[in-house]
Amino acid sequence: MLRKRQSAADWSYDVAIGVTAAIALAILIGPVLVVLATSLTEDRSLRFPPTGLSFQWYRELFDASRSYPIHRAATNSLTVAAWATAAAVLLGTMAALALARSRARWARSLDMVFMSPMILPGLAFGLAALMYFTFLGFRPSLQLIMIGHALVIVPFVLRTSSASLSQLDSALLESSASLGASWFYTLRRVTLPIIAPGIVAGAFLAFMASIDNVPISLFLSGPRSDMLPIRMWGMMESTLDVRVAAVSGVLIGSVLLLMLLMERLVGLTRRIRG
Amino acid sequence: MTSVLPGRASRAAGISQWLRPAEWQLALPMLAAFVAFFATPLLLLAAVSVFDDTQITQAGFAMWRKFLGDPFYWKVTFDTLKLGLMTVAATVLIGYPLALVYLSAGPRLQRLLLFIIVMPLLLSVVVRTFAWIVILGHEGVINYTLLSLGLVPAPLRLLHTEFGLVLSLTQIEMPLMLLPLISVMHRIDPNLRDAAAALGASKWRTLFTVILPLSLPGLVAGCLLVFASSTTAFISQQIIGGNRLVYLPLLIWQQSLVVYNWPLASVAALTLLVSVTAVIVVISALGRRGSRHLHVA
Repeated sequence: MLRKRQSAADWSYDVAIGVTAAIALAILIGPVLVVLATSLTEDRSLRFPPTGLSFQWYRELFDASRSYPIHRAATNSLTVAAWATAAAVLLGTMAALALARSRARWARSLDMVFMSPMILPGLAFGLAALMYFTFLGFRPSLQLIMIGHALVIVPFVLRTSSASLSQLDSALLESSASLGASWFYTLRRVTLPIIAPGIVAGAFLAFMASIDNVPISLFLSGPRSDMLPIRMWGMMESTLDVRVAAVSGVLIGSVLLLMLLMERLVGLTRRIRG
Repeated sequence: MTSVLPGRASRAAGISQWLRPAEWQLALPMLAAFVAFFATPLLLLAAVSVFDDTQITQAGFAMWRKFLGDPFYWKVTFDTLKLGLMTVAATVLIGYPLALVYLSAGPRLQRLLLFIIVMPLLLSVVVRTFAWIVILGHEGVINYTLLSLGLVPAPLRLLHTEFGLVLSLTQIEMPLMLLPLISVMHRIDPNLRDAAAALGASKWRTLFTVILPLSLPGLVAGCLLVFASSTTAFISQQIIGGNRLVYLPLLIWQQSLVVYNWPLASVAALTLLVSVTAVIVVISALGRRGSRHLHVA
């Protein structure tokens, strides 16, 4: 009797959890598929279901003269992301080396401070950065966007390289030191090679976060420093430009490709999970 | 202390002691960058908010009085926090079961699920927002489905509604809920679940008395990330919510880049910063109180 009631309860658990999880999965994947379907439509407007299969939006997107502003925004975004990631990797890895293995109160608080851009409203910082650079006499430029991006993407590098560092066996460092290796030699030949996958995973996440960044680009991009997300926003805002679907299709393809590559190289998802 | 150690070890200890100052110095460049380009601009934000005029010449609290004295701005602030909390609630309700399925899945399925969860996170927010225009639109996926099933006589208005916005933000922010949740959950000792089952607890009871309390730190971290991200999600709010649903990000953008009233924009930005931080402090305090009653760990 008891056994029977229990299995009925377990059955209701399996159904409730299973159904909700299926909804969650559909909500996660569905929109991606919808975007891909939309990008292959013949229509001039966004109607569902798409009426015919065509690559016209991709052709138009890759047309160098008609889609020049999109190409320029994409180039700007890639350039900024590359430099911002380089800066974030350098600063973030150094900070991780200083902080990850310390239990001291100052180290924990500094770590929290450096992680704060993950939580603090990016828009407040974007506005603050715009006013700050304007008061210093700068005009909006890619360099300023790069500085802003670097600070908000550092948390990704800091997190993954700290995680790798905390798993690093300190006996390795001590034996390297006791065999007479200098601090820098140990760093170069022991520490960095071991934590390299963590740094690469963090760099990849940071790069994607920079490409995706809206709050800072929104305030610091100008006519000569247009960024891809801001341009796409402009394309969606007034009259919807279906080339957005093609840009989205290209982005989805690139993200999938890069994710598979990173999964192979450094076990990306495992590192994100922690 | 060092004198009692044998020679080689004492040399190592001496080296590591000599290294200690060098190690903390590695945080200095980051600290300098942070002070110069993060802390100082935020202080400047606070300074600009206490100017009365848009030319920023006359100091005073006029903008704060204007903001705090106007019910409209209170409503905008309240709506922004409400939007964040609704998104948190939706991502918990829909995301938590998926995390449970992840927990009981085999390694291959786990890898696939993790991939599916991480993928939208790496995809631009603008792309995810665009998807929801297509889904929620007048001739979109949902209306097409409802109409062809004959469930509604005319297309529903889903874009530019709070419901549509919360639905979109649920998808857009879901990975931020799932990742911390999964990372905490998969460290829970599977023996605890097995023990609960062996002692006759139903799956529901195991969920509420074992798994839920132990996953609380991940749940709290997820709530914080989702709340912080959804309250500042300007493009999603603006595109899906339209211009009639006003949230603090839209207000900040309008005041700073359309009207050029930087002091009022600063007041709105500080309000966003302070209110979001306040909610975050409350959520983490609740989380800490919840785990204090825990005697399992």
